[in-house]
Amino acid sequence: MQWETVIGLEIHVQLCTGSKIFSGAATRFGAEPNTQACAIDLAMPGTLPVLNEQAVRYAIMFGLATNSTINLRSVFDRKNYFYPDLPKGYQTTQLEQPIVGPGVVEIELEDGSSKNVRLHHAHLEEDAGKSLHEDYHGMSGIDLNRAGTPLIEIVTEPDMRSSKEAIAFARKMHAIVTSLGISDGAMAQGSMRVDVNISVRPQGSDELGTRTETKNLNSFKFMEDAIRVEVHRQIELIEDGGVVAQETRLYNGDTGEARSMRSKEEANDYRYFPCPDLLPVVVDQAIVDEIAASLPELPDTRQKRFITEYGLGRYDAGLLAGEKTMADYFEATVAQCDDAKLSANWITAELAAALNRHDIELEDCPVSARQLGQLITRIIDGTVSGKIAKQEIFPALWDGEAGVDQLITDKGLRQVSDSSALEQLVDQVLADKAEQVEQYRATEEKKRKKLLGGFMGPIMKASGGQANPAMVSEILKRKLEP
Amino acid sequence: MHKLTIAGIVEGLGRGDFSSEEITRHYLRRIEQLDARYNSFISVTPDQAVARARAADKRRSKGDAPPLCGVPIAHKDIFCTEGIRTSCGSKMLDNFVPPYSATAVDNLAQAGCVTLGKTNMDEFAMGSSNETSFYGEVGNPWDTGRVPGGSSGGSAAAVAAHLCPAATGTDTGGSIRQPASLCGITGLKPTYGRVSRYGMVAFASSLDQAGPMTRSAEDAALLLQAMAGFDPRDSTCSDIEVPDYSAGLDKPIDGLRIGLPREYFEQGLDTGTETAVRGALAELEAMGARLVDIDLPHSHLSVAAYYVIAPAEASANLSRFDGVRYGYRCKNPRDLNDMYTRTRTEGFGDEVKRRILVGTYVLSAGYYDAYYRQAQKIRRLIKNDFLAAFEQVDVIAGPTSPTTAFEMGAKSADPVQMYLEDIYTIATNLAGLPGMSIPAGIIDGLPLGLQLIGNYFDESRLLNIGHRFQQATDWHQQTVSQCMQEV
Repeated sequence: MQWETVIGLEIHVQLCTGSKIFSGAATRFGAEPNTQACAIDLAMPGTLPVLNEQAVRYAIMFGLATNSTINLRSVFDRKNYFYPDLPKGYQTTQLEQPIVGPGVVEIELEDGSSKNVRLHHAHLEEDAGKSLHEDYHGMSGIDLNRAGTPLIEIVTEPDMRSSKEAIAFARKMHAIVTSLGISDGAMAQGSMRVDVNISVRPQGSDELGTRTETKNLNSFKFMEDAIRVEVHRQIELIEDGGVVAQETRLYNGDTGEARSMRSKEEANDYRYFPCPDLLPVVVDQAIVDEIAASLPELPDTRQKRFITEYGLGRYDAGLLAGEKTMADYFEATVAQCDDAKLSANWITAELAAALNRHDIELEDCPVSARQLGQLITRIIDGTVSGKIAKQEIFPALWDGEAGVDQLITDKGLRQVSDSSALEQLVDQVLADKAEQVEQYRATEEKKRKKLLGGFMGPIMKASGGQANPAMVSEILKRKLEP
Repeated sequence: MHKLTIAGIVEGLGRGDFSSEEITRHYLRRIEQLDARYNSFISVTPDQAVARARAADKRRSKGDAPPLCGVPIAHKDIFCTEGIRTSCGSKMLDNFVPPYSATAVDNLAQAGCVTLGKTNMDEFAMGSSNETSFYGEVGNPWDTGRVPGGSSGGSAAAVAAHLCPAATGTDTGGSIRQPASLCGITGLKPTYGRVSRYGMVAFASSLDQAGPMTRSAEDAALLLQAMAGFDPRDSTCSDIEVPDYSAGLDKPIDGLRIGLPREYFEQGLDTGTETAVRGALAELEAMGARLVDIDLPHSHLSVAAYYVIAPAEASANLSRFDGVRYGYRCKNPRDLNDMYTRTRTEGFGDEVKRRILVGTYVLSAGYYDAYYRQAQKIRRLIKNDFLAAFEQVDVIAGPTSPTTAFEMGAKSADPVQMYLEDIYTIATNLAGLPGMSIPAGIIDGLPLGLQLIGNYFDESRLLNIGHRFQQATDWHQQTVSQCMQEV
């Protein structure tokens, strides 16, 4: 039987406000445990929450960027459960009246097709602290630095039909929140965490199958793996005559294995009710309008601009515009070298490969956009060849050895464009290849081009790659004329 | 000196009749020698009090005295006090010393008040007799075999027994007014949002409100003046300007329209209570007020709605007492669940557990609509009743408590009987209105209060009526000889 996968996502995005959603404590990542938790975050008796206005603005920005309804009145609820890293014994969140939604987002797939994914809603809530189960000799450590960090939780309809679509959507969300500047998007640090709801059904069926929820995936790779594993598990289970149980599952990215965390029967009754310590959030339409007017450029708009302004293809433009840091890097490179196509090629090929190889994010890239732009400028003005740039200069730049021009000088990588030197070089090589020269001259005009490579390669090699290929080609053609 | 009201103390300090240190030591001595009888204090803080009093005297000598400079008072042990144990009447917080003070406490300290100590209370403010305290029951100064009311029973008893000139209290369903009634003092629950809740251990967040417990309306005005005001740390705190409460105390009350809810007077009101209340109303009528019968048709639903909403909020508010970060933790927990279970089983008393259970139940899946949502609808109806009534009258009057103080143990076996103690006070909390109890009569040697309910933020008028009434009568000055005993 043919099976169809049905996926819905819940994505938690940490908002990069300076302070927490209900207290004045800082939200910086990586501080010493419990140094960024005040009396309110510790839920000391008598303390009360005060809503961070910036978090509300950020949520509205997100809503506007995803073509969603902005609810001018929203309400915070208490979600009750006990856990040591949840100091109050309840999470302050929004259930019945969230600030954003519904909405709709268009995603683009690799094959060039696109589709709409509906947002059910997005709501504001506070993050919990962290429980640290290692290093405490059978006990657990609690770090409350993260407790109270503002989150938006984005909840979709079950509109995605493959891991590709799910990942395209998650990437789109990542691109939007980073473009808006409302999240740092640092997934490895937990700034964006994805819960994937998965079910399968016979191809053509209208009914939804029983779903499972795989929680807390913090990379696109883990998403892809977890979805593959779970879809496979469900199909195999059903084909073996079993039934899928509604449950929450955990995927371990290190082992590639998933396990059941709790069944539907074990699920908490969260006993939501409106939080009496917070007033309903009432926002003026005028404020929404003001935020809309000052919204930064969104990935879709930027992609279109990259096509019209820089003449990029749709795919490259989408790739570059999809990540704010990448798009900024690209534009800074173009600003330096004034060649959009070369910049795009370098960033999507050389740079992306190097980042991948070293497993680092663009934010931490040792080669600045300015340096890359300078390097491309030296290719354009003929100072170095593209090949030398790739093989010699770029790795040296990466290692921080020196600046572009310094490297060219120090390493003697300047392209040889001196015509007498080149003529000499060509003569030397042709002298060793008398037979091939004869053959070339005997070949009819139209087919000669093919044979030219047989001379070009050895000549370039003899020059240590530094000969100006355009000049060599011209000299070569002239000398080969009978 | 202990005969003096706050107003009298302020005058005496100003004239130099005595110093803050003298009157502070005087009260500390009274507490030390007499409180064994009442058990009205959980903690007494003599060292801090004397130090604060000396500092106040110094300020006064420099001519830089704030309005209540050097006036000793006590705080209900529900208010966080920096560096001073804040137990909330519970074993759970027996070891809890907060690193911050409640805004109400801070405001009073800013106004110059000296803290004598922390008063006894029902555990987490859940009770109407002060019998649920981890620190033992409190004796009513008029008859120590009887309860002082609750939950601010310690504050009421301490003021009535002249162990302090005034104290703070909190009122979620009547916890300031009912003990004020039973101990023969003046107690004011302000409009919800008038006084910041920051630093007040939460019972039911949408109902809790702090207020003064004093020996006169005039004193209540002085204390409320200092306590009230906007606090950016409490989102539910109002930024409506605080009027000068003392300025309007003497205004004549002729032409004042006083609404008498038929529901309060007709449905099984104790005859003794009715006699006392009607007597006080006749007095107000003689002063020029007009009595108008009104209807509060949903009154009979208030206790039921309250005992859904308050426990629901409490069940969440008390989740933080889990043994993880502060407060009581059980010995040798086997695992996390064991720690939670035993910490809360051992740390909370029966009444608190009962309300957590009720609150958890009414919020549970499948019951929420039938209980919690329904109760919220009733709450709106009750509020609308009051709004309609205030179209016709300026204030509403009635009994504060169904009867005078009852004997210890008389109602502790039957929670519902105990809950009915608040039948006349609960509706104002549900509506968020201000309410005040003033001594209005004595029945068989026990005091009883008249309750005045005002429109939103109309505390001035309540204080005005209370003051005029106290100018014309001496119920608020009545006491028993034990309370006046010299030490």
